[in-house]
Amino acid sequence: MNLRGVRTLYAFEMARWFRTLAQSIISPVVTTSLYFVVFGAAIGARIQEIDGVAYGAFIVPGLIMLMVLTQSTQNASFGIFFPRFSGTVYEILAAPVSAFEVVMGFVGAAATKAIILGLIILATATLFVEMQIAHPVFMLLFMALTAITFSLMGFIIGIWADGFEKLSFVPMLIVMPLAFLGGTFYSIDMLPPAWQTVTLFNPVFYLISAFRWSFFGTSDIGVGVSLAMIALFLAVALAVVAWIFRTGYRLRD
Amino acid sequence: MTPQAAERPGEDGAPALSVRGLHKTYESGFQALRTVDLEIRRGEIFALLGPNGAGKTTLISIICGIVRPSGGQVEVNGHDIVRDWRRARSLIGLVPQELTTDSFEKVRDTVAFSRGLYGCRPDPAHIEHVLRALSLWDKRDAQMRTLSGGMKRRVLIAKALAHEPELLFLDEPTAGVDVELRRDMWALVRELREQGVTIVLTTHYIEEAEEMADRVGVINHGQIILVERKDTLMQKLGRKRLALQLQTPLLAIPDALTHLELELADDGHQLIYTFDTQAERTGITRLLQDLSSAGIRFSDMHTEQSTLEEIFVDLVRRES
Ligand SMILES: Nc1ncnc2c1ncn2[C@@H]1O[C@H](COP(=O)(O)OP(=O)(O)OP(=O)(O)O)[C@@H](O)[C@H]1O
Ligand SMILES: [Mg+2]
Repeated sequence: MNLRGVRTLYAFEMARWFRTLAQSIISPVVTTSLYFVVFGAAIGARIQEIDGVAYGAFIVPGLIMLMVLTQSTQNASFGIFFPRFSGTVYEILAAPVSAFEVVMGFVGAAATKAIILGLIILATATLFVEMQIAHPVFMLLFMALTAITFSLMGFIIGIWADGFEKLSFVPMLIVMPLAFLGGTFYSIDMLPPAWQTVTLFNPVFYLISAFRWSFFGTSDIGVGVSLAMIALFLAVALAVVAWIFRTGYRLRD
Repeated sequence: MTPQAAERPGEDGAPALSVRGLHKTYESGFQALRTVDLEIRRGEIFALLGPNGAGKTTLISIICGIVRPSGGQVEVNGHDIVRDWRRARSLIGLVPQELTTDSFEKVRDTVAFSRGLYGCRPDPAHIEHVLRALSLWDKRDAQMRTLSGGMKRRVLIAKALAHEPELLFLDEPTAGVDVELRRDMWALVRELREQGVTIVLTTHYIEEAEEMADRVGVINHGQIILVERKDTLMQKLGRKRLALQLQTPLLAIPDALTHLELELADDGHQLIYTFDTQAERTGITRLLQDLSSAGIRFSDMHTEQSTLEEIFVDLVRRES
């Protein structure tokens, strides 16, 4: 195991992020604050409590998830796409690092960034609403699992993409809708029955549901089910990454 | 360094590089390598020559693990690049043909990154040594995008040397590099060889191979058509030219001499005789006798050997 190699990749990716730390943090914080102002304060005042939780607080886990999902996907996809695009990936391909080690470096860094941002959003949220976290350890666990799963997905997108358009296409066209329709701003009880069924096919729904449970102790669906689903997505993402490296798909001619 | 020392076997006697039956067909269906067999001894400098598209970069990329082989076997110091890939790769350093750099990275950081990627413990002293040897020390804190092409090339060499490889591939290291820098690079390559590093380089500058290589391989259409010691090659294939400075210029070659391979040069002031050094008779004695009986006098004479470039062009042309 070339742990030093993993650490080098990880540190390189983190350094790239820290160089533009201000932008990396300010933009998501501003965006999330806007959500709070619009949905939490303006609209939330007219919405009754959901499952005994004030609307302003109710949307906090969803907003954090939205951030973690988009940031992991974006960071990981860009992280591996860029060396492919510039050609510097030759060095990684020629180095004594295994596929798994490369993934640990890139995905680890992308997930770390997403988690840091998620925690910053959480801190920002406490400025707007009052709330307690019922299961802090589970909260962190779900956040980490989500960050890792979507960083893997981002990594896959970054390898599949052959241009910058595709790189932004997938997060915009798939991740955002999944996040919005996964119950960021509402409980599925509020949907017509047909849409409730559709929602069950949305992986993000399980993530948000479990995450919300860690905050408020209540959720749309059992935590065990959510956890099983998250594990399933993680396994699928890992399998795809393994396939990519075995076949050299878009990495090795 | 004597050739004997250059060809000393390694600890376990395995050659620095052994390629057997290697072939490669790209997904496009294009066969870039037919059947390549090649053995590189430890400590030698091997020059791989071949026209554009011959398969040089493909061959190197397969050995380095960047391109997947379609079949065949490659061993680095006895380590198979597939079964024992980690060991094999950690022995190799690669300077790619393309200038691919991370625009916003600093020189020193990008070299340290390469070292870390290979799992070596940080060694600022080694990195300083490499940067100094490549005259990059003054640029250590410069971002890559601010460097000139030649400097970027040197950074790529520094990166390849960061983990102290035993087998170094230089894929056209001096493309787009000025004469002075090219001399510096040659000096560096010699220094590396003295430290025992085996070097495989590709180049289009034949003088480079002529200047540095112990052995030369010629590849064309994905096939190695010749591997030979440079000296032997130049001797064997080399043709010498004898140039005679005439006292009185000639307008044409006299009839008495037309049976010889003669040319006039320098407006008839020079008579050039081309001969094969390996031939049983060079024909020089005969030429001189004939000249004397034809009453042609000369004031000076010298011989020159054909360059590797001429040999190479000749070989490739003959093959196609
Ligand atoms: N990824 C690829 N897919 C398809 N064909 C390729 C690929 N890479 C190289 N080739 C083809 O394989 C052949 C050999 O290419 P290669 O780069 O190995 O040549 P080379 O000897 O390094 O040439 P040069 O002196 O121009 O660098 C060329 O015809 C090239 O077009
Ligand atoms: Mg090439």
